[in-house]
This record gives sequence, structure tokens and C-alpha cells, in this order.
Amino acid sequence: MPLLSLQNISKSYGETRAVSGVSLNVERGEFFGLLGPSGCGKTTTLRMIAGLETPDSGTIHFQSDEITKLPPEKRGFGMVFQNYALFPHLNVFENVAFGLRARHKPKNEISEQVSSALSLVQLPGYEKRRIDELSGGQQQRVAIARAIAIEPDLLLFDEPLSNLDVSLREETRGELRELVTRLGLTAVYVTHDQEEAFALCDRISVMVGGQLMQTGKPRELYEKPSNIAVARFLGRNNLIRAMRLSSSKDSQGEFKTLEGGHALRMPVRHQDLAPLNQPVVIAIRPEHVRVVRQTEPAENQLPAQVKEIIFAGATSSLRVDANGLTLEALVLEPNGLKVGDSCAVVLPMDHLMLLTGQ
Amino acid sequence: MPTARSKVFTARFLLLFITLIVIVYGILYPNLAVVTDSLIRDGSWSLANYREVLSQRFVLEATINSIVLSVATVLLCAIVAVPLAFLFERYSFPGRSVFAALAALPLVLPPLVGTVAFIFLCGESGILARLWQYIFATQNSPWTLRGWPALLLFHTYTMYPFFYVLTGAGLRRINASLPEAARSLGASRTVVLRRVLLPQLRPSLIAAALLTFMTSMASFSAPLLFGGNVRVLTLEIFTARQRGDLQTAGTETVILAIISLAALVAFQKYEGTRRFVSAGLKGTARRREPISSGKSRVLATIAGTSFTILLILPILTLLLVSFAQEGSWTTQTLPSVYTLANYQRIATEPQSAEVFINSLSMSALAAAVSLVWSFCVVTLLVKRSSRGRIGETWRRILSLIILIPWALPGTVVAVAVAEAYGQPSLLLGSFVLVGTFWILPVIYFLRFMPLVVRAVQASSEQVDGSLEEAAGSLGANALRRFLKVTLPLVWPGAIAGTLLAFVIGLGEYVASVLVFVPANRPISIAIASELRDFNLGAAAAYGVVLIGIIAVSMIIAARLERWRS
Repeated sequence: MPLLSLQNISKSYGETRAVSGVSLNVERGEFFGLLGPSGCGKTTTLRMIAGLETPDSGTIHFQSDEITKLPPEKRGFGMVFQNYALFPHLNVFENVAFGLRARHKPKNEISEQVSSALSLVQLPGYEKRRIDELSGGQQQRVAIARAIAIEPDLLLFDEPLSNLDVSLREETRGELRELVTRLGLTAVYVTHDQEEAFALCDRISVMVGGQLMQTGKPRELYEKPSNIAVARFLGRNNLIRAMRLSSSKDSQGEFKTLEGGHALRMPVRHQDLAPLNQPVVIAIRPEHVRVVRQTEPAENQLPAQVKEIIFAGATSSLRVDANGLTLEALVLEPNGLKVGDSCAVVLPMDHLMLLTGQ
Repeated sequence: MPTARSKVFTARFLLLFITLIVIVYGILYPNLAVVTDSLIRDGSWSLANYREVLSQRFVLEATINSIVLSVATVLLCAIVAVPLAFLFERYSFPGRSVFAALAALPLVLPPLVGTVAFIFLCGESGILARLWQYIFATQNSPWTLRGWPALLLFHTYTMYPFFYVLTGAGLRRINASLPEAARSLGASRTVVLRRVLLPQLRPSLIAAALLTFMTSMASFSAPLLFGGNVRVLTLEIFTARQRGDLQTAGTETVILAIISLAALVAFQKYEGTRRFVSAGLKGTARRREPISSGKSRVLATIAGTSFTILLILPILTLLLVSFAQEGSWTTQTLPSVYTLANYQRIATEPQSAEVFINSLSMSALAAAVSLVWSFCVVTLLVKRSSRGRIGETWRRILSLIILIPWALPGTVVAVAVAEAYGQPSLLLGSFVLVGTFWILPVIYFLRFMPLVVRAVQASSEQVDGSLEEAAGSLGANALRRFLKVTLPLVWPGAIAGTLLAFVIGLGEYVASVLVFVPANRPISIAIASELRDFNLGAAAAYGVVLIGIIAVSMIIAARLERWRS
């Protein structure tokens, strides 16, 4: 049985539908990510898990209990807010002790737990500091200490690293993951940063427009996005509109691109996703597009012309035009190609992805 | 470049000169004159005045009464307004916006007009008392509007907005994720209130308490008209002057001034306390929580509606009485015969036209001079580039001095100016201000210019300093920078502040009653004398017209505020 389970959760604010029909399960000990562009409903979903919002419909279960309408203070989940939400009128000790005092823990136990939480986040001896004397990174650590001090059954993160600068963010990211694993906690982590989500999370749900698009391990999501929204959001993709030509029963499908009219062949597993004579979208990541100077015997080879070369250090990005079809390719070496040169692009069959959605 | 440098110095000197003239003539000299006069007996320094005045039982009693009344007012206002602010700031329900829009209404209601409206509504022969008599078929009035309960009721009605507005602003400043964080840590709603919200509201609550205290100490109209035998300091000063005992009046004025200034200093200290400012929450916009449960929704709506009705009832009463035919309202619950005669009288009688012209011209003059002067002062006060400005310590002293006439009760300001310029003086030579038309515009200016200074200062501080620097780098000189960059950005706020000063001046009574002469008789004096002659309808009609002018001005001011943001 999953530790946390959301079933068909929806939430609207007036006319705006923030979250619609989200279902997901989080297993015990898992680091679970909610990833999506801003305004996609991920924070609202997290707030419903925390009890700060009540869903309009659907249920939330924790272990075997339904907690859909349970007030937040009864849930025992620790939450780390995007802006840390540290109490400015209390010092570091009082902030971390807040949840323990609300639980009426004895004094000596409180001070023990506070100092152990502070040493876990590497801020021992900061008890007496005022919040405005701390740097952003230190405030972040106090916020984490405050959330773990109550020994939460579930730890919720709302974009906790987005206010830190890049180098500190990457450093804190590693420590955070290490800390959660060491304490054996279960975490739900909201972010719009795919790199952060990939680095931290065991499993990720991608949300777009209030709906949950796909859930899976980071690599799965990246390599096998199930629809256009996910493919667009996760990394760069060439999206090629095409029409299915063959209805062969075997696993090979034949397509004709709408721009350029090229023939493409690719393995098709979901017959139902690509009905005959219906427009579909085929995606390929720029790093999988091969650019060659001369034609060579290969499948899915299109004649093209180099339009633009952008040097980006270790790699170069090439924009090529294949008879009206614009493609982006990421290559280590432009191989002496210059703008205006004729070339050929190869779209390897096993990297082509067939997508649904708009 | 020596020429540019000397130009800056000339401009700076001019600004300082204008600022100092007002401070010396308007604030320092009159107030020091009252203090020194109170310390001089028969031409030599002595504390005899204080010994004598304080040995009189009624002075001590008035002092204690003033303080007790003010403390009680603070408590009552807090009890009424803080829960209201919580309800209206944190929750949304039908009718919320109407009350929220009207909540600050009593702040711009002239105290005298409010007092008159209260008498018509809650007095022993007011509408409510007569309604009671009608329902229970009794002959006697069920209550009297006299003494402590009457004063406290009126003070709560007129002064609760300080707490309401400041608590609301304080609540808006609290980061919305703080109470959420507290709840996720296991704190119940009451614990969140006690340990997160109230501690952070403390500076706002203290500021509101001090403002209410100062306003209540200065209250004059209500103690005059229905204080009964509750004697307060403002009233004592007035009656002492009426019977010609200037010595006692002056000494009592100093006592009242000291109490008010102590409150001002404390207020200054707390008003600057904005330690708890934190950035708004990104990700989740702060929303007012809709009340969804049926019962509480109904309760909140009823509460909101009743408060709205309570708020506008005195004004509606005034409106009703203004249409009542003189002498026709005797024993009925509501006036029985309605007429436009009261308004016709105001419109046709040359005397009433005169009081309107007097009030309008004196207030407009005072407000306009305040506006010009404020720009001079604010140029010195606003911290930006160090060039041509004054140091931090001087800036603080200057801001505090400018606030003094605002913190002092109107009675004190009037007495001080009258004392200082009631005879040929050091500063004005043989010119005696008292007894001329000019005394009231001067007093209006002194009393209300701090409001304009603060408005101009607030708008100027919001203007990004780099804009002026950018204009400078594009080759604009100081005058051009001011006219083309600063002024267009500052003026909506400045005009809004000026309009506020203007409308408060229109209804001014406290100071006017002490020093007015036939040549500058203002509206408030006309209302009071109509009331004395039992021309209730005429008094109400004056009040309604005054409120109308104020309402129009305030709507313009609100438009300007919105336009600015």
C-alpha cells in the first residue's frame, strides 16, 4: 500500500481550474517530484497534501486514513516553503522549536531536538541568531531544520531552492537528498526546474495545465515522454508534424512529414496512437539528430542546408532546413560545415518518439 | 564648476530659509511663548502658576479625566476594530467590500458634525430614544446622552478607524506563508493568532493606540456638547479663556501639550518599526479566505451589514433632519414635515454664504501654502544623493518638529498662536495677528501641513532616485529634473494629501472657536450657533453640505491615489 495516495483530486479558484483529476501514489521512503511550468497546479497540489487547501473533489489518503479534510496541524507533515516562511519575530532556536512547543514537548527534549536538527543542517550554535542576521542559504537550512525537527511522517518542499544562487543551489541540493535519505524520510518535492527534479527525485510526476501528464523515473520521462506537453517541457525537442501512411500490422510505421514531405520510418508500438491518415507528432531530441556532409546509406536521411551555427562551448547547435522542415541538431563538432552548405540529416529510428496531445 | 556649485548652494539656502521661517514663526516661537508665559509670574521666573493651577482640584480632575477617557477609548477602539480588521482583511463574504470601503469614513467626518449627528440619533430626544418610547409606549426618555458612556460611544465611533486601518495594513504586510507554516508545524488557529499574528502586529497596534490616545486627548466637540459633568483638559482651557483667565489656560495648555508630545515621541519610535516587513509569497497569491460554511457565512454577512448600517446611520440621520421643517419635530419618532427650507436659507442668506466662502477660502489657502511649503521641506528631507541635502540627525529633528503641530491638540495650537501674536511681538513687530482674518488660515496651515508634508514625502520616497540621476545624466538641470521627472510622479500623492488637509480644515472647530472673529467666521461656528438657537434643521443642513464637499474632495483624492498606483 502506498504511503500517500491522491485520487482524482480537483481544485478550482472561481472560474480557474487549478488542478483537475490528479491521481498519484507516493511510496514509503520515496523522494517524489512534482514538476511542471509555473501555474501548472503543482503547488496547489502540494498545498492540498499539506492541508492548506481543501480539494473540491477527490480524496487524499495517508497510510490507511482519509485525510482529505484534516486540518494541517493534525497531519504532522513538515513543509519547507519557497520563501522559507521563518517567523521574523523569533530567533533560530524558537523557529525550530515552534512545532515541538505546539506539541507540548518537555523543555529539555525540545532543546535536544533543536540542537540535533540544527547540526543535521550544519548550523550548530546558531540558536540565538535573529532570522534577519542569516544569509539566504542559512535561512533555507533553518527552514529545513524546523520541518524535520517535528519528525514528520512526510516532508513537503515547495520550490525550496529557487531563491538561492546557482552554485549554492546545487550544493544544497546534494545535501538535501543526502539528509532525507539518511533520516529515511518520504518527501514530495515541487519544482519547475527539470534538472533539479532529475537530480533529486526517485520518481517524478509532470503536471501541465492542472493535469498530471506522466509519472515515472527521470530517465523514463526524458527518453519516453508520452505526450507533446511533456516532450516540450522536458528538454529541447524537434517536433515534426507528420501523417501516417502505412497500416502495416508489423512494428514498422511509415510517415510523411507535413513540412518538407519527407518519408520517415519508425517502430510503432501503439497502433492506436497513430491511425492511418491522421496527423501525429514525431519528436526527436537535438542531440540525436545526426548531421553528415554527404549522403550515406541510412534510414530517415533527409537532404538539408545549414541555416545557422551557434557555438556553445563543448557543443554546437546547428539549425538546418530540410525542404521547409526546420530541425535543430546538437553536435560536438560542426565537421567544417558552414552556413549555407548542403548536408544531410539522419533521424535514427530508435530515437524517434511518437506523441499524443496537441 | 563654481557657478553650478554656487547655484546649488543658493537653492539650498532658499529652501532652508523658507523652511526655517515657518518652523520659527509657526512652531517654535508660539509654543515656547506659551511655556515661558506659564513660567513667568509678575515679571519673574516662577513655578507659581503650576502650583496654583495644580492645587485647584478641577484641573487635576480634568487631567485625570482626559487620560482615563483616552485610555478607555484606546481599549474600546481596539476591542471593536481589531476583530473587525481580522474579519474584513482575512475573509471574503457578501457585503465585505461595502464595509471595507466605508470603514474609514469617521476619519474625515468633522468632529462637530459627527457630534451633532449623534445628538439627533442617540440623544435623549433623538430618533432611537423616540423609537424606544414609541415601541414601549413610555413618556420618559429611556437614556440620556451625557457623561462617560456618551463620550466613550462617540469616541469609539469616530476613532476606531485608526485601529481598523492600521491593523488591516499590518495584516496585509504579514507574509501569508507564516500562518501556514505555523499550522503545518502543528499549531492550531488560536496558537497561530497568539504566537504568530499578534506578535507581528504589535508595532501596528501600538501605533494605533498612540494615535487614538492623541486624538482622544484633543477631543473637544463631544465633551463640549455632551460631556455633562465630565470635565476634560481641552474644555477647561476653553472655559478658562472664555472667562478671561489666560494664566490658567496657558498653564493647562502646557500640561496638555506635554502629554500629547510624549505620545508623539512614542509614536515616532514605533511607526518606524517595520522590522517585520517580508516579501510577498510567490507561487500562491494571497487570497482572502472565502467563508464557505453556511452558518458562519450568514453570521459574517450579518455582522458586516450591521456595521455598515451603524457606520452610516448618523449621516443618514443628519440628512433626514436637514429636511425637517424647523419646529415640526416635537414628539414624533421621525420628523413629520419635510421641506427644502433649510437649504434655501443656507443658499440665500448672505450670512451663510459668507461662512462658506470663509471656510473654503481659508482652507484652500492653508492647503495650497502647505503644498508649496511641503515641497521645500521634502526636498531637504528625502534621502537620496548627499548633494544639497542635510545630515541624518538634522533630518530626524526636522521631521519631529514638523509633526509637533499635528500632534498637539487644536486647542493647544490656537492658544499658543494667540499667546504669541496677541500683542506686539519680537517677531512681527507691531503687527498683531489675533483679531485679524489671517489668524485662522495660519492656524489651519500649522495644524494640517504635517499631513501634506507626509503625503509629499511618502510619494517622493517611492520615486526611484535613479530616475532623477538618469535625467541628470541626460543633461537636465535641477529645476528641469524637478519639473519634468519628480513633480509628475509625486503630484497625485501630493494633491491627495493636500485635499485631505483641505477637507479637515473645512470642518475645523476646536481651534476656530477660540480665536475666530466676525471677519473669518467659519462653517463650524455657524453650525454651533444654529444648534444653540435650536435651529436643528439648519445645523443639519450645514453639516450635510459640508459632508458633500468633503465627499467630493475625498473621491477625487481616492481617484488620484489609484491613478498613482
